[in-house]
Amino acid sequence: MTTPSAIQWFKTREGIYYMLLALLLVVILPLTLDPFRLSMTGKYLTYAFVAIGLVMCWGKAGILSLGQGIFFGLGGYCMAMFLKLEASTPEATAIQSTPGIPDFMDWNQLTELPWFWQPFHSFPFTLLAIIGVPVLLALIIGFTMFTRRVGGVYFSIMTQAVAAILTILIIGQQGYTGGVNGITDLRTLMGWDIRTDEAKMTLYFICVALLFGCLFIARMVQNRKLGRILMAMNAQETRVRFSGYDVAAFKIFVFCLAAAFAGIGGAMFTLIVGFMSPSFVGIVASIEMVIFCALGGRLSILGAVYGALLVNAAKSGLSESFPELWPFAMGALFIGVVMAFPNGLAGLYQSYIQPLEDRLFKGKQAEISSQSSAPISQPSKAEESDGYDSSMDNYSAEKS
Amino acid sequence: MFDGYTTSELMSIFAMQGFAGLSLFSVFVLMALGLAIIFGQMGVINMAHGEFMILGAYTTYLTSGFFQAYMPSLFGGYFFIAMIMAFLICAAFGAFIEWAMIRRLYRRPLDTLLATWGLSLILQQAYRSIFGPREVGVELPEWMMGAIQVTDMVELPINGLFVMIIALLIALGLYLLMYRSGWGKKVRAVVQNRPMAEAVGINSGAVDRMTFALGCGIAGIAGSAFTMIGSTGPSSGQAYIVDTFLVVVFGGAQSLIGTIVSAFAISQAQSTMEFFLSGSMAKVLTLLVVVGILMLRPEGLMALKIRR
Repeated sequence: MTTPSAIQWFKTREGIYYMLLALLLVVILPLTLDPFRLSMTGKYLTYAFVAIGLVMCWGKAGILSLGQGIFFGLGGYCMAMFLKLEASTPEATAIQSTPGIPDFMDWNQLTELPWFWQPFHSFPFTLLAIIGVPVLLALIIGFTMFTRRVGGVYFSIMTQAVAAILTILIIGQQGYTGGVNGITDLRTLMGWDIRTDEAKMTLYFICVALLFGCLFIARMVQNRKLGRILMAMNAQETRVRFSGYDVAAFKIFVFCLAAAFAGIGGAMFTLIVGFMSPSFVGIVASIEMVIFCALGGRLSILGAVYGALLVNAAKSGLSESFPELWPFAMGALFIGVVMAFPNGLAGLYQSYIQPLEDRLFKGKQAEISSQSSAPISQPSKAEESDGYDSSMDNYSAEKS
Repeated sequence: MFDGYTTSELMSIFAMQGFAGLSLFSVFVLMALGLAIIFGQMGVINMAHGEFMILGAYTTYLTSGFFQAYMPSLFGGYFFIAMIMAFLICAAFGAFIEWAMIRRLYRRPLDTLLATWGLSLILQQAYRSIFGPREVGVELPEWMMGAIQVTDMVELPINGLFVMIIALLIALGLYLLMYRSGWGKKVRAVVQNRPMAEAVGINSGAVDRMTFALGCGIAGIAGSAFTMIGSTGPSSGQAYIVDTFLVVVFGGAQSLIGTIVSAFAISQAQSTMEFFLSGSMAKVLTLLVVVGILMLRPEGLMALKIRR
């Protein structure tokens, strides 16, 4: 990153936006928040991984997955299984009738570790599984759906059904998954106690680092030809197909990418919060993740991070003091975002604050920003209505 | 899984579970018909459909309370009044929602989904604030209690039978309305070709509003019927919404017959398996099979044969 072009990039408007986010997450929040609140912020950031994936998948490519909780949960459960096995040494579980297996298995009269738990003794395998398992499932869902040209609301309903199935399965198979309580009482990661304040601090910074990794991958995809094909597919799928592109392959790719991000987020969630339960997998959790992305701006990967932070901060703030008000606020948020500002905070920023900025920094800044690629590519009004129009066309074609 | 049962026992089990499945089938049909109209005819996903159903259930609950307090002599017939009330209230509310929200979002089906989800959150919390978080039930009139004894192992509860009859009557009425009436013809014309329908003088906006209101009204009747076989809580609607969507999609979105067939298949499969497996596994298996079939055959069981 020491090439002149990289330094130049930090002076562009996009570079400044990324630096501001880094400043907020790395300097301002750790200095101003106590360890408990910082750990909460870390938890919110794990949702930002999902939101970034949704921006790529829904905002750019027009595939609304209502099952991101599946991938978040799978990533989280993979991590939780590893941690649980580490916490269930024969010495620590000596009072059980079968020492050496997780406590909930013992309560459910299991006498040996099920086969699919065995590989999670190994940390490298766990790391692989955190990304691999969600991506594999996304690949299967994506391959069967997209090659048959299923899209639009059908895809949303199907992903939602898969989320429902997975939740019922996890809750029903108590002996294998910990049931409705999930996998709790996680203590150490490779002998490192994850419950101390220092550990929480470290985990927060790991989370921020991984988040920036995902942001850069998403940015890379968005700024290449790949990203432009995704946007084109959203607007005019048939035209892209007739231009010779394999639309299904691009959709599968972006869906798997979103799943991988969500898996990483889920694993970090388990580490930071210290447990994993089916309530983060289900329909309600999955659809809530969409609002993080929608509030931030469905086309803006940076907006998604702010959206996740804001919604979750508001959620814990409101539900601490007025628990009965939160669902109203959430409902109003869903309706408001869709009806009043479909491009979210990023869209508002672009239409109201950015012109101000332009006027303030006219001259030098204008020259720089002209050579940078726009951080948030927002279609003009005409293009936008065109996009919706054609997606409706595609949809009605698929329906019949 | 059939070990240890004699043939006659198995037969009675299938009959009993089959009948239990039939009451699930009735609820599915009632809910799915409303959804199938809105989704199949208008392409709109109404995530708040379950909450419309619960609105109907609470209307029934209030009506039954009213009759108990003021007209105990007529209590036996309150259910019919309640059903009409539920239909009217839900339809009116549906028409209002269509006017305020849905009609602005017809070009963005995915956004409709999110907006109606927001509506469902608001409605759920409103129910919770008004009626309390606990589930409420209605008192059944005398004639609806009890069961008909068919053989010494098989008995059919009357309220279940009653709900089933309502479901079939509504389905029949809907069929007549959609395929044998002038209004149904207009609806189908708008679905098939909106600009052309407008060109021949159909007010497509009014048709949309009526269709949406009708779908919501049927959800209200579903809720009303639901109170006959179970109790109602603020979030009971959400428990059914995914199943119902699967029923509609599985049946083929634009086919009413398909909806009924798929409701029958799904409810029977689930209820029969429930006897042999745990309830959650029965549901998982049923949903998995449905999702699997839909992955291989996305157009559903009964698809309209139209050239793409």
